[in-house]
Amino acid sequence: MAKLNLNRVPMTRQDPKVRGKNFDEVALGYNEEQVKAEASRCIQCPKHPCTTGCPVDVDIHDFIKAINEDNFAEAVTIIKNKNSLPGICGRVCPQETQCEAHCALANKDAPIAIGRLERYVADWERQNNPSTTPATDKPKPTGKRVAVVGSGPAGLTAAADLAKMGHDVTLFEALHVAGGVLMYGIPEFRLPKEIVQTEVDYVSSQGVKLELDAVIGKIDTVDELLNSGFDAVFLGTGAGLPMFLDIPGENLNGIYSANEFLTRVNLMKAYLFPEYDTPVSVGKNVAVIGGGNVAMDSARCALRLGADNVYIVYRRSEVEMPARREEVENAMEEGIIFKFLTNPKRFIGNDQNWVTGMECYEMELGEPDDSGRRRPIAKEGSEFTIDVDVVIVALGTTPNPLIAATTEGLDTTSRGTVVADENTGRTVKPGVWAGGDIVTGSATVISAMGAGKRAAADIHAYLSEL
Amino acid sequence: MYQILLREDLVPGIHLFKVAAPKVASKAQAGQFVVIRIDEKGERIPLTIADWDRAEGSVTIVFMEVGTTTHRLALLKAGDAINDFIGPLGLPTHIDKFGTVVCVAGGFAVATIMPIARSMRQKGNKVISIMGARNKDLIFWEDELRSVSDQLIVTTDDGSYGRKGLVTEPLKELLEGDEEINRVIAIGPSVMMKYSALTTEPFGVDTIVSLNPIMVDGTGMCGCCRVSVGGETKFACVDGPDFDGHQVDWDLLFARQRSYLDEEKCSFDQWQSQMDSK
Repeated sequence: MAKLNLNRVPMTRQDPKVRGKNFDEVALGYNEEQVKAEASRCIQCPKHPCTTGCPVDVDIHDFIKAINEDNFAEAVTIIKNKNSLPGICGRVCPQETQCEAHCALANKDAPIAIGRLERYVADWERQNNPSTTPATDKPKPTGKRVAVVGSGPAGLTAAADLAKMGHDVTLFEALHVAGGVLMYGIPEFRLPKEIVQTEVDYVSSQGVKLELDAVIGKIDTVDELLNSGFDAVFLGTGAGLPMFLDIPGENLNGIYSANEFLTRVNLMKAYLFPEYDTPVSVGKNVAVIGGGNVAMDSARCALRLGADNVYIVYRRSEVEMPARREEVENAMEEGIIFKFLTNPKRFIGNDQNWVTGMECYEMELGEPDDSGRRRPIAKEGSEFTIDVDVVIVALGTTPNPLIAATTEGLDTTSRGTVVADENTGRTVKPGVWAGGDIVTGSATVISAMGAGKRAAADIHAYLSEL
Repeated sequence: MYQILLREDLVPGIHLFKVAAPKVASKAQAGQFVVIRIDEKGERIPLTIADWDRAEGSVTIVFMEVGTTTHRLALLKAGDAINDFIGPLGLPTHIDKFGTVVCVAGGFAVATIMPIARSMRQKGNKVISIMGARNKDLIFWEDELRSVSDQLIVTTDDGSYGRKGLVTEPLKELLEGDEEINRVIAIGPSVMMKYSALTTEPFGVDTIVSLNPIMVDGTGMCGCCRVSVGGETKFACVDGPDFDGHQVDWDLLFARQRSYLDEEKCSFDQWQSQMDSK
């Protein structure tokens, strides 16, 4: 057996000093030489454990084999058989805890960089399409109609899969562009919107009809969709309602939910204000509260918009942070200041009602709580104040209650999530499936895609028996 | 794209568009709003629904030229189209048989109050409407509002038409009068709504106001429109826009509405200089 090559090929990134001032993509991706070098490290082990770590079952070993055979078109086809959004997944999936964690080389600390390979293949297709990519065969129409509500990762995946099975799919989106959190949430420098748009266009090219500006529950309700000719409905409306801290001063000017801040910046392109009409307040001293990917995204946006000091304020310590390690490292390199074991007590404002300071507690960690992480406890008398003029609250989101409130017979939890079978996405309401953040609460792009995929398979089985 | 079917210039600076939006029209109810975005570079702004025609599939909006977006909107003509027109958003106004309802409209909110007054009357209420404007030249839909009201009182700040003074004066007289007033709906500039609510408070008459904070998505996603009502934070876009006027933290609303004064000026100046150079 050939000697194992444990030299994972690094990916070039923009210099932190430069990228902190622009919205261009941070990670520059492999070139052809790098992609081949990395792919050649794959030992093509017989059990391909990598696929078991993939929520959408991509045949990873096969697409790597195709790369090694210089057949990028084939690699595209293999990936797209299972995953309609490879350019997105290659960039934002937490591969380190999924496919790459299962790689045979993971225990040598050198798993194949599957995400980077996937990204390269998707980008290769975008640059070469359609001349060299084989067209997928048009499926035979089944005559069944499916409404997919929400065009984020779950909805896009379910819609594409169902269309590929020959169903007549309409995808409803409340905002003015499709993509959900991929468009309004994840910033340009981590996931260029052009890539999201290309993959949305791909889903449309599979025959999915896209209806933008369509707020289901306000125009048609789910029941009206079912009564107007749709045979099944998939709910992938995400977790759209921002959570706040519920502490004094939280409604001062300059205090944003991460959803609002990111929507202004990403969806409405406030970083191009006044060329684009939507403004955003940047501030000199920005505090982002929270330790997840959304907190990292918010902080790094604020930095790029020109803030002098950007703080991540997190109540636990570095090891408990839920954000991807890579994003934390990126943020640190760019100069984001991390204040661990710190939790806001109240916000202080001036006579214009604008936030000027944030009084915080120092925290210490106690016994593990329900989440398995050590519970943060405020230290008595430890209060101190940080000067801030913009605060971004990135504590997570809960489902928008609109769908549940307007749909008869849907079961919801106390957290507002919709109850659906984990394996099939079926809800207790006949003809209605759900998946993604609306079921799980805030999670990842790929887990939502996995749920969309499983639901599509079950909807297909259901429709086949109608 | 949503085509403008009809444009009417009601008074200087205030315009009416009838927009083709069949889905919105099919579900619109009094008190709801739409979010519009003119084009790719435009911002999303909320506008209340003034009327709808389900058969025609149209929705009528009335707007005043205030900032960049409304000035840009005012340049559009019948036949032009608006990129995005999303709705009907927010909860409809609670329409019930209350008895006697006073509908108070400040400025161009006469357009917002119209469908509410109409629905209240259809429900069997006696409707007394009060409409106020700065001066005679800004009065519109007087006959329309009269046609859905049992009684109509018109005021102007300068006395150039109708009764001189603010809408709160006749409102107070009605409350002091012999007739029992069961509910007041007050819609207009925030300060007018605040003083209407303050006027009715001593009389203990339920007073509904329609709040107009800054919004982005209008569907509950961003929290930009948060207001404090009865000490609780609410999102005007999904919990409102109608709220109990006696419970609203008005100072917070005013302050939050001023969040972007500098940026609004910057945006408007830039737009004007662009227009000048054309």
